[in-house]
Amino acid sequence: MDAKTGFFYLFSVVLLFAAFRVITARNPVHAVLYLMLAFSQASAIWLLLKAEFLAIALVLVYLGAVMVLFLFVVMMLDIDVDSMRKGFWKHFPLAALMGAVVALEMAGVLLGGFRLTEEPATAAMAEAAAKGIQYSNAQEVGKLLYTQYVYPIEIAAVILLVAMITAIALTLRQRKDSKFVDASEQVRVKARDRMQLVKVAATRKAEATPAAEPEQAK
Amino acid sequence: MTLTLGHFLSIGAVLFALSVIGIFLNRKNLIVLLMAIELMLLAVNMNFVAFSHFLGDVHGQVFVFFILTVAAAESAIGLAILVLLFRNKNSINVDELNTLKG
Repeated sequence: MDAKTGFFYLFSVVLLFAAFRVITARNPVHAVLYLMLAFSQASAIWLLLKAEFLAIALVLVYLGAVMVLFLFVVMMLDIDVDSMRKGFWKHFPLAALMGAVVALEMAGVLLGGFRLTEEPATAAMAEAAAKGIQYSNAQEVGKLLYTQYVYPIEIAAVILLVAMITAIALTLRQRKDSKFVDASEQVRVKARDRMQLVKVAATRKAEATPAAEPEQAK
Repeated sequence: MTLTLGHFLSIGAVLFALSVIGIFLNRKNLIVLLMAIELMLLAVNMNFVAFSHFLGDVHGQVFVFFILTVAAAESAIGLAILVLLFRNKNSINVDELNTLKG
Protein backbone atom coordinates (compact mmCIF):
# COMPACT_ATOMS: atom_id res chain seq x y z
CA MET A 1 0.00 0.00 0.00
CA ASP A 2 1.66 3.18 -1.13
CA ALA A 3 1.12 6.68 0.15
CA LYS A 4 -1.44 7.52 -2.54
CA THR A 5 -3.66 4.63 -1.50
CA GLY A 6 -3.38 5.66 2.13
CA PHE A 7 -4.36 9.22 1.31
CA PHE A 8 -7.26 7.93 -0.79
CA TYR A 9 -8.66 5.97 2.15
CA LEU A 10 -8.11 8.87 4.56
CA PHE A 11 -9.94 11.34 2.31
CA SER A 12 -12.70 8.82 1.57
CA VAL A 13 -13.37 8.06 5.22
CA VAL A 14 -13.54 11.75 6.13
CA LEU A 15 -15.70 12.44 3.06
CA LEU A 16 -18.22 9.73 3.93
CA PHE A 17 -18.31 10.72 7.60
CA ALA A 18 -18.94 14.35 6.63
CA ALA A 19 -21.67 13.32 4.19
CA PHE A 20 -23.30 11.22 6.92
CA ARG A 21 -23.21 14.15 9.33
CA VAL A 22 -24.71 16.45 6.67
CA ILE A 23 -27.84 14.35 6.47
CA THR A 24 -28.15 13.65 10.20
CA ALA A 25 -26.98 16.89 11.83
CA ARG A 26 -29.60 18.49 14.02
CA ASN A 27 -28.47 22.05 13.48
CA PRO A 28 -28.59 23.21 9.83
CA VAL A 29 -25.49 25.37 10.39
CA HIS A 30 -23.55 22.25 11.40
CA ALA A 31 -24.90 20.51 8.29
CA VAL A 32 -23.54 23.29 6.06
CA LEU A 33 -20.17 23.19 7.80
CA TYR A 34 -19.96 19.40 7.34
CA LEU A 35 -20.92 19.88 3.70
CA MET A 36 -17.95 22.22 3.35
CA LEU A 37 -15.72 19.52 4.86
CA ALA A 38 -17.13 16.98 2.40
CA PHE A 39 -16.44 19.24 -0.57
CA SER A 40 -12.88 19.90 0.58
CA GLN A 41 -12.23 16.15 0.88
CA ALA A 42 -13.69 15.56 -2.58
CA SER A 43 -11.37 18.24 -3.89
CA ALA A 44 -8.42 16.40 -2.29
CA ILE A 45 -9.51 13.15 -3.99
CA TRP A 46 -9.67 14.99 -7.32
CA LEU A 47 -6.11 16.13 -6.71
CA LEU A 48 -5.14 12.44 -6.39
CA LEU A 49 -6.81 11.96 -9.79
CA LYS A 50 -4.61 14.73 -11.27
CA ALA A 51 -7.56 17.01 -11.96
CA GLU A 52 -5.92 20.06 -10.42
CA PHE A 53 -8.01 22.67 -12.18
CA LEU A 54 -11.32 21.21 -11.05
CA ALA A 55 -10.06 20.61 -7.52
CA ILE A 56 -9.07 24.25 -7.16
CA ALA A 57 -12.28 25.41 -8.86
CA LEU A 58 -14.28 23.31 -6.41
CA VAL A 59 -12.56 24.93 -3.44
CA LEU A 60 -12.82 28.46 -4.83
CA VAL A 61 -16.30 28.32 -6.30
CA TYR A 62 -18.01 25.87 -3.99
CA LEU A 63 -16.37 26.40 -0.63
CA GLY A 64 -15.80 30.08 -1.30
CA ALA A 65 -19.09 31.10 -2.83
CA VAL A 66 -21.90 28.57 -2.86
CA MET A 67 -21.37 27.22 0.65
CA VAL A 68 -21.05 30.73 2.07
CA LEU A 69 -24.36 31.53 0.35
CA PHE A 70 -25.85 28.47 2.06
CA LEU A 71 -24.46 29.62 5.40
CA PHE A 72 -25.92 33.10 4.96
CA VAL A 73 -29.35 31.73 4.13
CA VAL A 74 -29.30 29.22 6.99
CA MET A 75 -28.32 31.92 9.44
CA MET A 76 -30.96 34.34 8.14
CA LEU A 77 -33.81 31.88 8.48
CA ASP A 78 -35.19 31.17 11.89
CA ILE A 79 -35.83 27.46 11.54
CA ASP A 80 -37.88 25.55 14.06
CA VAL A 81 -35.67 22.47 14.27
CA ASP A 82 -37.85 20.48 16.65
CA SER A 83 -40.89 20.38 14.38
CA MET A 84 -38.59 19.45 11.49
CA ARG A 85 -37.13 16.54 13.40
CA LYS A 86 -40.50 15.07 14.22
CA GLY A 87 -40.74 11.64 12.60
CA PHE A 88 -37.11 11.92 11.47
CA TRP A 89 -36.37 8.22 11.98
CA LYS A 90 -39.79 7.00 10.81
CA HIS A 91 -38.65 6.22 7.29
CA PHE A 92 -35.12 5.27 8.31
CA PRO A 93 -35.51 1.48 7.75
CA LEU A 94 -36.75 1.97 4.19
CA ALA A 95 -34.14 4.65 3.51
CA ALA A 96 -31.31 2.50 4.90
CA LEU A 97 -32.48 -0.48 2.87
CA MET A 98 -32.61 1.58 -0.32
CA GLY A 99 -29.24 3.18 0.35
CA ALA A 100 -27.64 -0.18 1.12
CA VAL A 101 -29.07 -1.75 -2.04
CA VAL A 102 -27.89 1.16 -4.19
CA ALA A 103 -24.41 1.21 -2.65
CA LEU A 104 -23.89 -2.57 -2.62
CA GLU A 105 -25.12 -3.14 -6.15
CA MET A 106 -23.07 -0.30 -7.56
CA ALA A 107 -19.97 -1.19 -5.56
CA GLY A 108 -20.29 -4.84 -6.57
CA VAL A 109 -20.47 -4.02 -10.25
CA LEU A 110 -17.88 -1.26 -10.10
CA LEU A 111 -15.27 -3.06 -8.02
CA GLY A 112 -15.64 -6.24 -10.09
CA GLY A 113 -15.90 -4.66 -13.51
CA PHE A 114 -13.42 -1.81 -13.40
CA ARG A 115 -10.01 -3.17 -12.53
CA LEU A 116 -8.31 -0.41 -14.51
CA THR A 117 -5.07 0.44 -12.73
CA GLU A 118 -2.67 1.63 -15.41
CA GLU A 119 -3.10 5.30 -16.03
CA PRO A 120 -2.84 5.97 -19.74
CA ALA A 121 -1.04 9.22 -20.37
CA THR A 122 -2.89 11.65 -22.57
CA ALA A 123 -1.19 12.80 -25.75
CA ALA A 124 -0.45 16.15 -24.16
CA MET A 125 1.06 14.48 -21.09
CA ALA A 126 3.36 12.31 -23.24
CA GLU A 127 4.40 15.29 -25.33
CA ALA A 128 5.20 17.34 -22.25
CA ALA A 129 7.24 14.47 -20.83
CA ALA A 130 9.15 14.08 -24.11
CA LYS A 131 10.00 17.77 -24.32
CA GLY A 132 10.78 17.94 -20.62
CA ILE A 133 8.27 20.72 -19.90
CA GLN A 134 5.65 20.97 -17.18
CA TYR A 135 2.30 19.41 -17.93
CA SER A 136 -0.58 21.69 -16.96
CA ASN A 137 -4.04 20.24 -16.39
CA ALA A 138 -5.60 23.71 -16.36
CA GLN A 139 -4.04 24.43 -19.76
CA GLU A 140 -5.45 21.23 -21.24
CA VAL A 141 -8.96 21.89 -19.90
CA GLY A 142 -8.74 25.50 -21.02
CA LYS A 143 -7.69 24.52 -24.55
CA LEU A 144 -10.73 22.26 -24.85
CA LEU A 145 -13.08 24.78 -23.24
CA TYR A 146 -12.15 27.62 -25.56
CA THR A 147 -11.97 25.66 -28.81
CA GLN A 148 -14.27 22.67 -29.00
CA TYR A 149 -16.61 23.75 -26.21
CA VAL A 150 -16.76 27.48 -26.89
CA TYR A 151 -20.49 27.42 -27.67
CA PRO A 152 -21.43 25.41 -24.54
CA ILE A 153 -19.31 27.68 -22.36
CA GLU A 154 -21.22 30.70 -23.64
CA ILE A 155 -24.49 28.95 -22.82
CA ALA A 156 -23.09 28.25 -19.34
CA ALA A 157 -22.29 31.94 -18.97
CA VAL A 158 -25.85 32.84 -19.98
CA ILE A 159 -27.21 30.31 -17.46
CA LEU A 160 -25.18 31.98 -14.70
CA LEU A 161 -26.44 35.42 -15.78
CA VAL A 162 -30.04 34.21 -15.80
CA ALA A 163 -29.56 32.65 -12.37
CA MET A 164 -28.13 35.89 -11.01
CA ILE A 165 -30.98 38.02 -12.38
CA THR A 166 -33.57 35.50 -11.19
CA ALA A 167 -32.18 35.40 -7.68
CA ILE A 168 -32.14 39.19 -7.46
CA ALA A 169 -35.59 39.58 -9.00
CA LEU A 170 -37.07 36.98 -6.66
CA THR A 171 -35.75 38.47 -3.45
CA LEU A 172 -35.84 42.18 -4.26
CA ARG A 173 -38.59 44.07 -2.50
CA GLN A 174 -39.38 47.74 -2.18
CA ARG A 175 -39.88 49.20 1.23
CA LYS A 176 -43.32 50.64 1.76
CA ASP A 177 -42.11 53.54 3.93
CA SER A 178 -39.21 54.54 1.71
CA LYS A 179 -38.99 58.19 0.57
CA PHE A 180 -37.09 57.12 -2.53
CA VAL A 181 -37.61 59.31 -5.61
CA ASP A 182 -36.95 58.06 -9.12
CA ALA A 183 -34.36 60.46 -10.58
CA SER A 184 -35.32 59.89 -14.21
CA GLU A 185 -38.93 60.58 -13.39
CA GLN A 186 -37.89 63.81 -11.70
CA VAL A 187 -35.90 64.95 -14.73
CA ARG A 188 -38.69 64.19 -17.15
CA VAL A 189 -41.32 66.10 -15.22
CA LYS A 190 -43.08 68.97 -17.07
CA ALA A 191 -44.36 72.21 -15.59
CA ARG A 192 -47.97 71.26 -16.26
CA ASP A 193 -47.61 68.12 -14.11
CA ARG A 194 -46.88 70.20 -11.07
CA MET A 195 -48.84 73.44 -11.68
CA GLN A 196 -52.27 74.09 -13.08
CA LEU A 197 -53.05 77.42 -14.73
CA VAL A 198 -56.65 78.47 -14.44
CA LYS A 199 -58.01 81.36 -16.49
CA VAL A 200 -59.88 83.75 -14.30
CA ALA A 201 -61.57 86.85 -15.65
CA ALA A 202 -60.34 90.08 -14.16
CA THR A 203 -63.85 91.34 -13.57
CA ARG A 204 -66.93 89.26 -12.90
CA LYS A 205 -70.43 90.02 -14.02
CA ALA A 206 -72.81 90.84 -11.28
CA GLU A 207 -74.84 87.72 -10.53
CA ALA A 208 -78.61 87.71 -10.78
CA THR A 209 -80.30 88.27 -7.50
CA PRO A 210 -81.11 84.94 -5.84
CA ALA A 211 -84.72 86.11 -5.21
CA ALA A 212 -85.49 86.46 -8.95
CA GLU A 213 -84.55 82.85 -9.87
CA PRO A 214 -87.39 80.94 -8.20
CA GLU A 215 -89.89 83.15 -9.95
CA GLN A 216 -88.43 82.33 -13.38
CA ALA A 217 -88.51 78.64 -12.63
CA LYS A 218 -92.19 78.82 -11.96
CA MET B 1 -2.98 -2.84 -3.23
CA THR B 2 -3.06 -0.14 -5.82
CA LEU B 3 -5.99 2.09 -6.56
CA THR B 4 -8.28 1.02 -9.36
CA LEU B 5 -11.02 2.86 -11.17
CA GLY B 6 -13.48 0.79 -9.13
CA HIS B 7 -12.31 2.41 -5.88
CA PHE B 8 -13.20 5.88 -7.06
CA LEU B 9 -16.48 4.77 -8.60
CA SER B 10 -17.39 3.00 -5.35
CA ILE B 11 -16.84 6.10 -3.26
CA GLY B 12 -19.08 7.94 -5.71
CA ALA B 13 -21.72 5.23 -5.35
CA VAL B 14 -21.62 5.28 -1.54
CA LEU B 15 -21.83 9.08 -1.55
CA PHE B 16 -24.84 8.93 -3.86
CA ALA B 17 -26.54 6.32 -1.65
CA LEU B 18 -25.91 8.48 1.44
CA SER B 19 -27.55 11.46 -0.18
CA VAL B 20 -30.55 9.33 -1.21
CA ILE B 21 -30.90 8.33 2.46
CA GLY B 22 -30.57 12.00 3.36
CA ILE B 23 -33.48 12.91 1.09
CA PHE B 24 -35.58 10.22 2.77
CA LEU B 25 -34.70 11.33 6.30
CA ASN B 26 -34.92 15.10 5.85
CA ARG B 27 -38.06 15.20 3.77
CA LYS B 28 -39.41 18.08 5.89
CA ASN B 29 -36.38 20.32 5.90
CA LEU B 30 -36.03 22.02 2.53
CA ILE B 31 -32.55 23.35 3.13
CA VAL B 32 -31.07 19.94 3.94
CA LEU B 33 -32.81 18.58 0.85
CA LEU B 34 -30.89 21.14 -1.22
CA MET B 35 -27.67 20.07 0.49
CA ALA B 36 -28.38 16.40 -0.29
CA ILE B 37 -28.84 17.33 -3.95
CA GLU B 38 -25.45 19.09 -3.87
CA LEU B 39 -23.90 15.90 -2.46
CA MET B 40 -25.50 13.85 -5.26
CA LEU B 41 -24.01 16.14 -7.88
CA LEU B 42 -20.64 15.78 -6.15
CA ALA B 43 -20.93 11.97 -6.41
CA VAL B 44 -21.68 12.25 -10.13
CA ASN B 45 -18.75 14.61 -10.62
CA MET B 46 -16.49 12.13 -8.79
CA ASN B 47 -17.41 9.46 -11.37
CA PHE B 48 -16.71 11.86 -14.24
CA VAL B 49 -13.29 12.81 -12.89
CA ALA B 50 -12.36 9.17 -12.16
CA PHE B 51 -13.27 8.03 -15.68
CA SER B 52 -11.51 11.05 -17.16
CA HIS B 53 -8.32 10.13 -15.30
CA PHE B 54 -8.30 6.40 -15.95
CA LEU B 55 -9.31 6.65 -19.61
CA GLY B 56 -6.88 9.49 -20.29
CA ASP B 57 -9.54 11.79 -21.72
CA VAL B 58 -9.88 15.43 -20.65
CA HIS B 59 -13.43 15.77 -21.99
CA GLY B 60 -14.81 14.31 -18.75
CA GLN B 61 -13.32 17.18 -16.77
CA VAL B 62 -14.92 19.70 -19.12
CA PHE B 63 -18.27 18.11 -18.36
CA VAL B 64 -17.62 18.39 -14.62
CA PHE B 65 -16.99 22.07 -15.20
CA PHE B 66 -20.41 22.47 -16.81
CA ILE B 67 -22.11 20.45 -14.07
CA LEU B 68 -20.52 22.76 -11.48
CA THR B 69 -21.87 25.76 -13.37
CA VAL B 70 -25.40 24.42 -13.48
CA ALA B 71 -25.23 23.31 -9.84
CA ALA B 72 -24.17 26.78 -8.75
CA ALA B 73 -27.06 28.34 -10.68
CA GLU B 74 -29.47 25.78 -9.25
CA SER B 75 -28.46 26.39 -5.66
CA ALA B 76 -28.59 30.18 -6.12
CA ILE B 77 -32.16 30.07 -7.44
CA GLY B 78 -33.15 27.40 -4.92
CA LEU B 79 -31.93 29.49 -2.02
CA ALA B 80 -33.67 32.59 -3.40
CA ILE B 81 -36.95 30.66 -3.57
CA LEU B 82 -36.29 29.38 -0.05
CA VAL B 83 -35.84 32.91 1.30
CA LEU B 84 -39.01 34.03 -0.48
CA LEU B 85 -40.90 31.06 0.92
CA PHE B 86 -39.73 31.78 4.44
CA ARG B 87 -40.69 35.45 4.08
CA ASN B 88 -44.23 34.56 3.01
CA LYS B 89 -45.02 31.48 5.10
CA ASN B 90 -42.56 31.91 7.98
CA SER B 91 -41.60 28.25 7.70
CA ILE B 92 -39.67 25.98 5.34
CA ASN B 93 -41.47 22.83 6.35
CA VAL B 94 -42.32 20.91 3.19
CA ASP B 95 -45.56 19.63 4.76
CA GLU B 96 -46.94 23.15 5.02
CA LEU B 97 -46.34 23.95 1.36
CA ASN B 98 -49.68 22.70 0.09
CA THR B 99 -51.23 25.86 -1.34
CA LEU B 100 -51.11 24.40 -4.86
CA LYS B 101 -52.93 21.25 -3.79
CA GLY B 102 -56.35 21.20 -5.45
